[in-house]
Amino acid sequence: MEKNKLSIFLNGFIRENPILVLILGTCPTLAVSTQASNGIGMGLSVTVVLTFSNIFISALKKIIPDQVRIPCYIVVISTFVTLVQFVLQAYFPDLNKALGVYIPLIVVNCIILGRAEAFANKNSVIDSTLDGLGMGLGYTIALTLMACVRELLGNGTIFGAPVTANLFSPMTIFVLAPGGFFTFGCFVALINVIKNRKKKADKKALEMPAADAAAPAAEGGAAK
Amino acid sequence: MIKYILYALIVAAVANNYVLVRFLGICPFLGVSKKLDSAMGMSIAVIIVMVIATAVTWPIQHLLLEPRGIGYMQTTVFILVIAALVQFIETAMKKMLPSLHKALGIYLPLITTNCAVLGVCVLNIDEGYDFFRSILNSAGSGLGFMLAMWLFAGVRSKIEENDYPDAFKGIASTLIAASILSVSFLGFSGVIDNLFGMA
Repeated sequence: MEKNKLSIFLNGFIRENPILVLILGTCPTLAVSTQASNGIGMGLSVTVVLTFSNIFISALKKIIPDQVRIPCYIVVISTFVTLVQFVLQAYFPDLNKALGVYIPLIVVNCIILGRAEAFANKNSVIDSTLDGLGMGLGYTIALTLMACVRELLGNGTIFGAPVTANLFSPMTIFVLAPGGFFTFGCFVALINVIKNRKKKADKKALEMPAADAAAPAAEGGAAK
Repeated sequence: MIKYILYALIVAAVANNYVLVRFLGICPFLGVSKKLDSAMGMSIAVIIVMVIATAVTWPIQHLLLEPRGIGYMQTTVFILVIAALVQFIETAMKKMLPSLHKALGIYLPLITTNCAVLGVCVLNIDEGYDFFRSILNSAGSGLGFMLAMWLFAGVRSKIEENDYPDAFKGIASTLIAASILSVSFLGFSGVIDNLFGMA
């Protein structure tokens, strides 16, 4: 039982990472990942909205009629997005300015509606909370990593601190639109390499006796 | 006047291309751009929804929400209006253009969650455009979406035939191709302002 809860939480980190594996919520990913600090801000905003909307939707799943569930989900989600917008405006005006239109656009972020439909709709409140947190943090990590790469290559800094800026002139194209697509493509390819390798390992494991097969699979999971 | 209309349309369609420069509406861009005809169908649906949604949400914001001091309800109200509109258009299309409805399949309801549509409505308000400019901006943005989809459907049919490393199969190669396509749109950003003398 405990392990099951943990696997729900960890699901979003790698195996079903919303950005890199499910390819959901691509628009803000590409637009916001120009600076590592924006990546974290956006990621945490999405995590908050995702977790709370998951909680509410799973709690209300018996009350919401099936035919009108999507509009109901959208109302729940947009309520939390408006709240996050207020918090950002009041306490983080710079971040709010940097993220701009992408904050209201969290409403139409496919990750949130997708998790509401695929998970919160069918599972208990606790499981949905864990799923929301895990997915949100997986999103934040992927977004921040991409933002670090783009900021380093495009601006020579990470979190605004100069790293290679003085060594060679940064490639500005990485903080512009094409660099976003390019970095995203490379990250997805990287995940594919890991997946393909694991598939090969699983094939080998199948040929071994069943007792031995569990060991490399467990190792593979731990290494991740 | 004609110059102004052209300027507004072209800036929205090319220099601020929603897909390749502003990163809005990437999901349908990656999802439906495999075939040219479904890409065009989707784009036409997006143009229609964008223009109608702007025509409805602009008055709502300026005549209903702002005078009552509840401008912060923008997000919730806009998304509900757009959802209702899409539902309406879907019903109309099912009745009048059943073949197109069949081709678009799952993607028509997804226009609701197409960030380009909500994005254009919110950006029109944020930029402080008047009603006329907002409509032009939406039409231009829709056309820009269509242009990107159309170009990309062509690019994609070419790359599918090629042999590339295993890791780049599927979405990764598509993203790299989109990156190269967006380089070409980057070149437009300064040109158009100078061309129309409106820098």
